[in-house]
Amino acid sequence: MAQQKESSLFNMLTTLVVITLISGFALAYVNQLTIKPIQQAQLSKKKDALVEVLPEFDNNPVDTRYAVFVKALGDSVEVYKAYQSGELVGTAVNAFSPDGYSGDVRIMVGFLPDGTIHAISVLEQTETPGLGTKMTEAEFIDQFADKNPKDFKMQVVKDGGQVDAITAATISSRAFCDALQMAYAVCVDSCDANTGATSTDEKTH
Amino acid sequence: MNQLQNFTKGFLKENPVFVLLLGMCPVLGVTSSAINGLGMGLATTFVLVMSNTVVSLVKKQIPSKVRIPSFIVIIASFVTIVEMVMEGFLPELYNQLGLFIPLIVVNCLILGRAEAFASKNNFISSVIDGLGMGLGFTFALTLLGTVREMLGSGTIFNVSFVPENAQTFLLFVMPPGAFIALGFLIAFINRLKHKRA
Amino acid sequence: MDYIFIVISAILVNNIVLAQFLGICPFLGVSHKVSTAVGMTGAVLFVMVIATMITYLLHQYVLVPYNLLFMRTIMFILVIASLVQMVEIILKKVSPPLYEALGVFLPLITTNCAVLGVAMLAVGMEDASLLKAVIFAIAHAIGFGLALVLFSGLREHLNLMSVPKGMKGVPIALVTAGLLSMAFMGFAGMV
Repeated sequence: MAQQKESSLFNMLTTLVVITLISGFALAYVNQLTIKPIQQAQLSKKKDALVEVLPEFDNNPVDTRYAVFVKALGDSVEVYKAYQSGELVGTAVNAFSPDGYSGDVRIMVGFLPDGTIHAISVLEQTETPGLGTKMTEAEFIDQFADKNPKDFKMQVVKDGGQVDAITAATISSRAFCDALQMAYAVCVDSCDANTGATSTDEKTH
Repeated sequence: MNQLQNFTKGFLKENPVFVLLLGMCPVLGVTSSAINGLGMGLATTFVLVMSNTVVSLVKKQIPSKVRIPSFIVIIASFVTIVEMVMEGFLPELYNQLGLFIPLIVVNCLILGRAEAFASKNNFISSVIDGLGMGLGFTFALTLLGTVREMLGSGTIFNVSFVPENAQTFLLFVMPPGAFIALGFLIAFINRLKHKRA
Repeated sequence: MDYIFIVISAILVNNIVLAQFLGICPFLGVSHKVSTAVGMTGAVLFVMVIATMITYLLHQYVLVPYNLLFMRTIMFILVIASLVQMVEIILKKVSPPLYEALGVFLPLITTNCAVLGVAMLAVGMEDASLLKAVIFAIAHAIGFGLALVLFSGLREHLNLMSVPKGMKGVPIALVTAGLLSMAFMGFAGMV
């Protein structure tokens, strides 16, 4: 059996350097291996949400995404367009509200071209388990399906709107409605602009 | 001590959570459901077995004064590997566990085993020790997760066993429930141990 | 305004121990007496602020520009471990009374996941800046101290009570911590 190495300065330094080098290279290698799957996992989450909230489409909405800056939030939200054989069938907006019970509420909303809500998917929330988290459940979310925000007031009943809040989680419900309203505002802007957007875009470039 | 005892000691007699009270942060932090507890437990087990293996193999080459920093680097490397693999292949679980994955590094259980066991024992005993301790840790996390999920959400491994709309003890999936559930579990295990003794 | 939010959120709403479960080991380990709890708080405050500062700078000016994010965990823990050693040596030389007060707690801090946790949370903050990171660290350390001191006060009293045999020691302490955490839940929704 070899003797335990003595703790001279040289020995200590070389040991630490060698160990750190080996682990650095090992990690760089694993990093290379996992970088693709990580990106794919992040993309597929978005894609899944898009498939969920948009009607059938045949393009890749992720390629059409662009950001819209929202002044009220000081941040931008992403907009995706879905086409079926060249025709616009829906717009998805990735919106959020910072006013959840504990942190951001981030949702993906799919609108039909006339502004009707097709479906909603909650991407991220850290609300109270069992209370605020009910916003991810069909019972709450389905009340928005096929509603047009033009004649559906997207505020909780308590605030004079038409949304049935989650029992004992008004703040979470409010944040959800805020995010939804923002998504709608962005969608209306982009839909109006969109009718002529592609042509004007081409001209300006 | 034979290898079988070496393996099984982690489950009850020297259970890292219930008896030694090591690595309590993830124990309380991620056990709001059984599946999270299981995932965290297995990730920790992997790191523990790998670090025990490496430490027992290189222990002769490491001067004793830089022992601890060397162990920390070895542990941190395996933790980062787990983190990257999880992010790529189990993104759901990765998001649920969040910050607690990199924090496996400072889980006193792992450094404790490297220092107290792997740096003094041979390769095979160290692997078995890591496996036993890791699975004991996993067992504790899964048990606590199951109890909290049962009381708090009325489900076990996401399978519901209560009628729809039933009221459950929401408290147990929230932070205070973690402390309280663990307190009663430890009391229960103490009682079991006294009976057997 | 931002800073006030950070402070209130860190101390009361998302208390690092009672809501985020970081630093549970010292929370259970050195909470038998109020005086030791105060000493531990001092040591954590000291190390946490310096560690967050250094790791923040390292992250911003070394790891991100050179695309070395995969080394983050190793870098951070090494910084913290060596920092603890250095603080110990410097304190011993420069301020013996302070060393006397904090010395025994310093080695315990390396494996205090609150320090590493806060350093990692600080670099993950939205539009972070060095000042923000430092305030973040101070606020979290105070939150840690608040929880620790309150809890040790409760435990001092708990020692004088008659507790059912099976619940003695750790179990009753955990249940007490649960009640304390429940009290802090009342602050949720404030920010």
